[in-house]
Amino acid sequence: MSFFDKLKKRFNNEENEEQVQEKYKEGMKKSRGAFSGRINDLIARYRKVDEDFFEELEEVLITADVGVTTVMDLVDELKMEVKRQNIKDTEQIKDVISEKLVDIYYGDDDPEIETLNIQENGMTVILVVGVNGVGKTTSIGKLAHQLKQQGKTVMLAAGDTFRAGAIEQLEEWGKRADVEVIKQSAGSDPAAVIYDGIQAAKARNVDVLLCDTAGRLQNKVNLMKELEKIKRVIEREVPGAPHEVLLVLDATTGQNALSQAKTFSEATDVTGIVLTKLDGTAKGGIVLAIRKELDIPVKFVGLGEQINDLQKFDASLFVYGLFADMIEEEA
Amino acid sequence: MAFEGLAERLQSTIKKITGKGKISEQDIKEMSREIRLALLEADVNFRVVKDLINRIKERAVGQEVMESLTPGQQVVKIVRDELAELMGGENAKIAVGDRPPTVIMMVGLQGAGKTTTSGKLANLLRKKHNRKPLLVACDVYRPAAIEQLKTLGDQLNMPVFSLGTDTNPVEIAEKAIEKAKEDHLDYVIIDTAGRLHVDNELMTELTEIKEAVEPEEIFLVVDAMTGQDAVNVAESFNEQLDITGVVLTKLDGDTRGGAALSIKAVTDKPIKFAGMGEKLDQLEPFHPDRMASRILGMGDVLSLIEKAETTVDQKKAKELEEKMRSMSFTFDDFLEQMEQVKQMGPLDELLNMLPGAGKMKGLKNAQIDERQLSHVEAIVKSMTKKERQNPDIINASRKKRIARGSGTTVSQVNRLLKQFNEMKKMMKQMTNMQKGKKGKGFKLPFM
Repeated sequence: MSFFDKLKKRFNNEENEEQVQEKYKEGMKKSRGAFSGRINDLIARYRKVDEDFFEELEEVLITADVGVTTVMDLVDELKMEVKRQNIKDTEQIKDVISEKLVDIYYGDDDPEIETLNIQENGMTVILVVGVNGVGKTTSIGKLAHQLKQQGKTVMLAAGDTFRAGAIEQLEEWGKRADVEVIKQSAGSDPAAVIYDGIQAAKARNVDVLLCDTAGRLQNKVNLMKELEKIKRVIEREVPGAPHEVLLVLDATTGQNALSQAKTFSEATDVTGIVLTKLDGTAKGGIVLAIRKELDIPVKFVGLGEQINDLQKFDASLFVYGLFADMIEEEA
Repeated sequence: MAFEGLAERLQSTIKKITGKGKISEQDIKEMSREIRLALLEADVNFRVVKDLINRIKERAVGQEVMESLTPGQQVVKIVRDELAELMGGENAKIAVGDRPPTVIMMVGLQGAGKTTTSGKLANLLRKKHNRKPLLVACDVYRPAAIEQLKTLGDQLNMPVFSLGTDTNPVEIAEKAIEKAKEDHLDYVIIDTAGRLHVDNELMTELTEIKEAVEPEEIFLVVDAMTGQDAVNVAESFNEQLDITGVVLTKLDGDTRGGAALSIKAVTDKPIKFAGMGEKLDQLEPFHPDRMASRILGMGDVLSLIEKAETTVDQKKAKELEEKMRSMSFTFDDFLEQMEQVKQMGPLDELLNMLPGAGKMKGLKNAQIDERQLSHVEAIVKSMTKKERQNPDIINASRKKRIARGSGTTVSQVNRLLKQFNEMKKMMKQMTNMQKGKKGKGFKLPFM
């Protein structure tokens, strides 16, 4: 069975997932279009698998922001595979390409890596970090809504005390998701706000506490230290917490996302990524590089502006999102 | 991580072709792959990279290698020149309308930094151009966007016009202009909603605002970290709105910022300003030539030289040098030096500009704690005149007094005294070495 058939089968089998699949397809329509079109185009133009073919394949993958090193490695592996299987026709290589992409993502790990670590007993604390303008507050709002739908009690802590209007923004999301927001005035110590949030969450027996933080560029050492302090406060107040540290990444970001993931991990041990704004034309391919080089999985993707447009990440679906036209064409 | 600059990337290839007088076709072929990778890693769009490589090839083949350069350096120079040419000249002008108010529209994707940039631009107009701007909140969609602009307005003590979230943005913009006329304000800065460029509804709304208010400037605000998609974003905003300029934000991060090149290449509109920090005065004119060096990872040497030239008083430096030689360097001089260094801007910013700073282990991401500097300053300022002139007289009880006066501890005072003495010794050594030569300038240990 070809790889595409396997993927296709997976979707057909899981009818309850149909809605999710639709979301991916709709959300990533713009991202996908150009990408799979170009691979198809490439394959049609080159009959033979030769150096020029690989060079252009490199370019196609680079346009998806997959990251230069990852692309080089991938192409090297493909070259080996081509030799091994004695592939001469470009049609045959199509399968191998997408298989390798999903492979990069999963490696030897089981697909459970995308599941959010929610404690069965006691409180779960989730810390949300990222650079400026990636959509941290929005993602928290959406996540709060989602957790609430699952029957959890949720509380938000307004740890972004720096940016103008950030607290108001979180409060608005709190209203929309109908969850309580713990806040102090603008300019106060974020670690103190988080501390307050934890105390309030404990007192009210809340299931999940979502902690917002101010956006910061990863090369600002002092601001990264502030983040370390916030994490220490959480560790001290709730044993075993934070259960998740989510790094929010903007899908339009290029190679710098790798540097973001690395530095934020050093400061706060990031456990997962939320990839936002995937409903544009950007492909967010950098998550493949991040997974490969830093071993951080993607947990959620933002596919739109509505409150329920935050979806659990699924690498097969993600690759399917990129290649959907090709898969359906083959059917 | 694969963030080394082009110069380093080329090293290995360069080795093979040293000692030649001309750059051959084969040399270029070997190098062009490295150049291509370096540019792609810097997030320059691949289409733009392709064009560039072709032009570089044409220009480089057969060119004589300058005496002072190795062939590799010569190629880097060609690449840099080619990039600088593409980036165009500096242009940080802001249009002035025939009749006030002049209208500026800010557009861009979500999270690019439109609202913050609007605030910064208003601040710049008032400070540098002596204008009276009005900020207009037309983002009625994002929760708390209006509050954000209002808060910025409060911080700047600047008027903000808003009609809440229930009014049509076109109407808000129109009314804002009337209001500006009434209040005799000469600039109107319209902060619009950020959404994806493929969102037709938003584009229509932006076009409607544009038609209604006929802005003199439409600035596209773009995040400097944007990847390959920057081309699509710039293209569609430019096609629909015919933007007049670009503001690149978050350039104080560690991104190479290849997006700048892509945007310039596809729109041919000038990048006018760069956002260099979170504070409201950190909007600077964009320097295309320096950006070219940054994309290549060559360090922002030019910026550093220029900054040093404008702020360090040459005469004073000479005086100091004399003092150092004669070992009469005092805490007063020390304080003066610190002031001068501080005038050059935040120290970490200066460090980042040094080429190769990324290579030095301790220096990578080194951030000098400005607070620590103010401790040092406080300690020195708590000394009496006599003590500053002659630190040797500082005994235990004086130390105690100084520590109390500066809000520090005795051990901190001790540390500074020790450092000061070491510095003096070092300076003596340095100046002895330079004897005979005409030494210009020197570095303080904390630089």
